[in-house]
Amino acid sequence: MTDIKTIDTAPSTAGFETPLRLMMRKLARHRLAQISGIVLLLLYSIALFADFLAPQDPNAYVGRFTYAPPQQLHLFDFSDGFKLAPFVYDYKVTVDPEALKRSFEINTEKKIPIQLFVPSEPYLLFGLIPLQHRFVGAADRKAPFYLLGADRLGRDMLSRLIHGARISLSIGLSGVLLSLVIGVVVGGLSGYLGGRTDMVIQRIIEFIWSLPQIPLWLGLAAAMPRDWTSLQAYLVITIILALLGWTELARVVRGKVLALKSEDFVAAARLDGAGEMRIILRHIVPSFMSHIIAVATLAIPSMILAETTLSYLGLGLQAPIVSWGVLLRESQNIRTIASAPWLLAPGFAVILTVLALNFFGDGLRDAADPYS
Amino acid sequence: MSRTLLAIRGLETHFPVAQGVVKALDGIDLELRESEMLCVVGESGSGKSAAARSILQILDRPGRVVGGQILLYRYEGDSEVPSETIDLARLDRSSREIQAVRRRDISMIFQEPMSSLSLAHTCGDQIVEAVRLRHADMSKRDAWARAVDLLKQMQLPDPALTAGQYPFQLSGGMRQRVMIAMALASEPRILIADEPTTALDVTTQAEILALLGRLQRSLGLGVIFITHDMGVVANIADRVAVMRRGKVVETGDLASIFDSPQHDYTRMLLASVQRLEQPSDLKVPATAAVPPPSGVVEPLLQVRELSKTFLTRTSLFGGSRQTLKAVDGVSFDVLPGENVGIVGESGSGKSTMARCLVGLYPASSGSMLYRKSDGKSVELVGSTRKGDDPLLREIRMIFQDPFSALNPRMTVGQIVGEPLLLGRVARGRELKERVAELLQLVGLEPKMMERYPHAFSGGQRQRIVIARAISLNPRLIVADEATSALDVSLRAQMLDLMLQLQQRLQLSYVFITHDISNIRYFCDRVVVMHQGKVVESGTVAQILDAPSMPYTQRLIASVPRPYTSKAPPLSH
Repeated sequence: MTDIKTIDTAPSTAGFETPLRLMMRKLARHRLAQISGIVLLLLYSIALFADFLAPQDPNAYVGRFTYAPPQQLHLFDFSDGFKLAPFVYDYKVTVDPEALKRSFEINTEKKIPIQLFVPSEPYLLFGLIPLQHRFVGAADRKAPFYLLGADRLGRDMLSRLIHGARISLSIGLSGVLLSLVIGVVVGGLSGYLGGRTDMVIQRIIEFIWSLPQIPLWLGLAAAMPRDWTSLQAYLVITIILALLGWTELARVVRGKVLALKSEDFVAAARLDGAGEMRIILRHIVPSFMSHIIAVATLAIPSMILAETTLSYLGLGLQAPIVSWGVLLRESQNIRTIASAPWLLAPGFAVILTVLALNFFGDGLRDAADPYS
Repeated sequence: MSRTLLAIRGLETHFPVAQGVVKALDGIDLELRESEMLCVVGESGSGKSAAARSILQILDRPGRVVGGQILLYRYEGDSEVPSETIDLARLDRSSREIQAVRRRDISMIFQEPMSSLSLAHTCGDQIVEAVRLRHADMSKRDAWARAVDLLKQMQLPDPALTAGQYPFQLSGGMRQRVMIAMALASEPRILIADEPTTALDVTTQAEILALLGRLQRSLGLGVIFITHDMGVVANIADRVAVMRRGKVVETGDLASIFDSPQHDYTRMLLASVQRLEQPSDLKVPATAAVPPPSGVVEPLLQVRELSKTFLTRTSLFGGSRQTLKAVDGVSFDVLPGENVGIVGESGSGKSTMARCLVGLYPASSGSMLYRKSDGKSVELVGSTRKGDDPLLREIRMIFQDPFSALNPRMTVGQIVGEPLLLGRVARGRELKERVAELLQLVGLEPKMMERYPHAFSGGQRQRIVIARAISLNPRLIVADEATSALDVSLRAQMLDLMLQLQQRLQLSYVFITHDISNIRYFCDRVVVMHQGKVVESGTVAQILDAPSMPYTQRLIASVPRPYTSKAPPLSH
């Protein structure tokens, strides 16, 4: 058997990289997306290790320090030469006897030393690992340590923010995961089967889009019994968000499937004897998965914002659950904001997260098609 | 001696990319004189379009002219000495001067008239705009009259009607005529035509080429005609410049290029197109392949009155349905070891028929009797082929676009191995060996199987497609425009490969093409299709040399042949 000569010249090294690696390389060229990716990684690890990282118990209230302003962290102690010894100054609390209003001043006389790995009440990390230390805190457990100030009940805002990240970030993720499942299945069916099925599904999506969102949330949230536990409430809110959020993803999936269905390689697979399931799972889905991940990433912010909105309006999660939206409820009137602006901190956390997710999603989307 | 209109000296155009710089033009020299048709010919990636776009400074970003000169000469009246010389290479892409040049001196027409014309304005309005850019003081009424006059020069049947129509209401050929009218509205002295007929059917192409030639002579235009098709060059060029990899390898008169080409590349290019005009040496006469014991050759495939109807509109609530008959009562036979060419222009239903043959579309009516390898006949119409059906193995397809036909997320090994795996022919180590063997068979190296398709050129991808098609020892291969996405030098290679495989594997081909120039090389018999129906069928010699139907005659006369004067006699 004589071989036919190869005449075309092939690029010598290219072509061994998997699509995933190509995508990663393209993403690596996207500066903003990279930075956002690091920010997100940080945010999510903070949420994961919230118990350990938060300096105090988010629900521990101290009446003496209601609306205490943020303390400044000093890293070096100059009083006695030069020494690395982080500390904060204590408050000097005066109570106005007529208005019963507390006013705080910095007491430069008294330093409160700050230490790493301070002992605390025992708790379970991830609900499994028993620990008795926190990452950072005042050496004296009773001393005030409020880097981001305190709220109405003297609870530490920083600790609450860190614990809130847990709910707010995870609800975005789980909501999107759930809507991704619905979206891929429904959108995929719509695009793949086409015809009447497609027609009906698309009209349903348009119907859902035409519903005014906030009143619908109100209705669904109102239907939630008051006596549900926080876990149940959390799950139900996730489901509500997902039930309304899947439509966008379904549209994207349908578009991709429609485009891929007419590609010759799908026809070729059919001629190779591939069944419907194999065509979908082996040939169509991998081709749009990276794109879908990018779109899903871009959908997380709207989930987070929706949760924040719902909770802010008092319809979503309720105290004692701590989420950014719940925290923001504290700053619902202008007087509070005027006297304790640090209560807006969760708002900035939301902005940071949403922006980082958007930039990261944009970068992913650009990298999602490594062949363009 | 006619006057020089444009002189390009050492022009360099670069495209900066992530890995460095692509030198689209690497120091080219060209000269265009009055009343001259200069054909710039080259394969894809030769830089011919970049040259055209560099002249008008309309390169896609980040492309940039980095060196050399583009000298445009303007003349007063009949003076032999230019009154003004402008170096276009020095002008900024959005400067006033280059805008004036685009408005007065040089016009351009593109390959796709649909995307170069605005769909929101009537053709007349678009020409009027070009007219009034040139003559700012002309009244709207006069400009409209001029537009209609221009359309009349384009030999449109009803110029006044066309002027009032929108581009999407016109056919491709009519749109290209409107585009030319618009280009000439500014009374340029130079016209740059970038593959203006490539998207058109061959009969329309012949008309547009004739029109361009006439206009060029009557207006004394200098035309730079960019094309990949040596046949077109032979038909219209005064002078020819052959480009390859950003360089002009050879320039000369039409006759000198065709009769005594100097550069190897020119020779290769000419040889590969002229070779396709003759029957291939690799071709075995179909009947010799399998000597029939009974004396009568049983056809492998017998297609009778095959029809395919598409529903073009369905409404949710039933209502009116519109249908389109893409294939309308087609009949032909394919004998064992025979290559049957299906020829037709766009919209003739040839691709739809191909998809019916392989089972991608269910046929609406008619019959397709296929004789299986065990001698039994099966009716293909109405049967579905699934899983490890032997029919899926015996009838295979080669696709037109090698870029769309390969799944970008699978390695070459997985792609070629897919039919083997699904047909439960081989798995694991055996599968790998079989794939390696197949790759070798189509002229690729077995070690390429770990790579992804994006690393391969168009020609290599088409080889991969062929490897997949032959993996299950097929008996009939339906090749749908298998070579039309390839450059001409690769086309001959691919046809040779298919013929070599035919000898080895005892194949028959149904070869679907719009390009009649391949037919003589590859096919035994031809079926000519037009608007879903068979116009004429017969042996290659019958159809190509003595067509009996007027449509076939017109079709064959329209094919531009790559010879300058008299074509050499054809041998059969």
